[in-house]
Amino acid sequence: MTRKKKGKTKVTVYPAWCKGCGICAAFCPAKVLEMGPDGKARAVREEDCVNCGFCELHCPDFAISVEPADPEKNGKSAEDESPAEESALPAREHAGENQPG
Amino acid sequence: MANVTQVIHKYLRHNKKFPLVFCPGCGHGIVLGSLVRSVDALNIPQDKVVVVAGIGCSGRIAAYVDFNTVHATHGRALTLATGIKMSNPELTVIAVMGDGDAFSIGGNHFIHAARRNVGVTALVLNNFIYGMTGGQCSSTTPFGAYSHTSPFGQLEKSFDIVDMARASGANGVFRESVFHAKRLDALLQKALSRPGFNLVEALTPCFTQYGRNNKFKTPVDMFSWLKKYAVPIEKYEKLENKDGYIPTGVFVEKEEPGLEARYAAMRDSLRAGKGGAA
Ligand SMILES: Cc1ncc(C[n+]2csc(CCOP(=O)(O)OP(=O)(O)O)c2C)c(N)n1
Ligand code: SF4
Ligand code: SF4
Ligand code: SF4
Ligand SMILES: [Mg+2]
Repeated sequence: MTRKKKGKTKVTVYPAWCKGCGICAAFCPAKVLEMGPDGKARAVREEDCVNCGFCELHCPDFAISVEPADPEKNGKSAEDESPAEESALPAREHAGENQPG
Repeated sequence: MANVTQVIHKYLRHNKKFPLVFCPGCGHGIVLGSLVRSVDALNIPQDKVVVVAGIGCSGRIAAYVDFNTVHATHGRALTLATGIKMSNPELTVIAVMGDGDAFSIGGNHFIHAARRNVGVTALVLNNFIYGMTGGQCSSTTPFGAYSHTSPFGQLEKSFDIVDMARASGANGVFRESVFHAKRLDALLQKALSRPGFNLVEALTPCFTQYGRNNKFKTPVDMFSWLKKYAVPIEKYEKLENKDGYIPTGVFVEKEEPGLEARYAAMRDSLRAGKGGAA
């Protein structure tokens, strides 16, 4: 990716949906994402995002969105926006251990 | 990328509890995303889609998607899917099953649905283990792999799902890993728009019940493994040392009409008084 293609995006992690698996941070080619002390992913170098789409396609929990940074197209702020109507949902236990067979 | 996550949310049942019930890093969520994106890309109306799921973590997918959904009994998703497709051929019917669901308890239903070439898509989430019930070996657990029922290494040989589908006569046979989500989307779209019985095998990590007992340190390790070892069939053929590699892509692409189409043709010709098979 050339330099001028960088930084045209807004990378948003929704903490209420993030389970901290680390897939996005491990494979982001531009090292935009890191795992924070709360165990959740966060966009620490948004300006380096090359808009490859990997994180958005591979987050198993739909907890990341990558959108154009242009405020005309995307005026919402990351903090107060949650993808679901219910945002502060409790983290769930391992499905494999708590479900009836 | 634009609107990827928004598209998913359009199809989620937001009255369910989120995040998904799956463990952190479970590949099943990526398959769920791929399924939704594929239906959306093909512009199939939500009301014309039926997802029939079996029992297992994989079967949980049906609870989250706002299509017509049926949660069947373990191993029997294809029996319901077959009945639905035969009685209403205009529906897009997708049977979502785990490896245990489709090839252990449900293996017999699988081979016959493929042989009969019923026009449904079988989406098999192969994580090489019974995830939901605590990590017992399945019919796809690799030889030598550790599970709760093979604590010293699996002594049995495993089924190759692609080989099984091909030998049973499936019209379309496809495999991809969740690390290669774009390719998985493309194959799923292909399967959903083709006639007859189509299998899509999705290789999907289960760290909780499989990975951590088989020398993977984290869920990310399992994705790195798929990144390296799930290779397109064309590349696979050229590998000198194929050890550990899993070929992916298109394995069978036949154009035979589905059983429901043949049935309709026979019915029409019998009604017209001509009689006999089409
Ligand atoms: C008739 C019947 N037998 C056994 C079970 C117990 N059971 C529930 S899920 C499951 C296996 C799940 O494995 P798989 O289909 O691979 O799905 P995964 O959880 O790995 O996605 C079993 C054996 C059951 N629910 N019903
Ligand atoms: S891939 Fe998704 S769930 Fe996993 S750490 Fe990243 S944002 Fe969180
Ligand atoms: S779109 Fe690509 S470059 Fe941008 S944050 Fe996601 S993975 Fe990194
Ligand atoms: S037990 Fe395995 S298959 Fe089931 S949710 Fe957890 S990681 Fe996924
Ligand atoms: Mg399984």
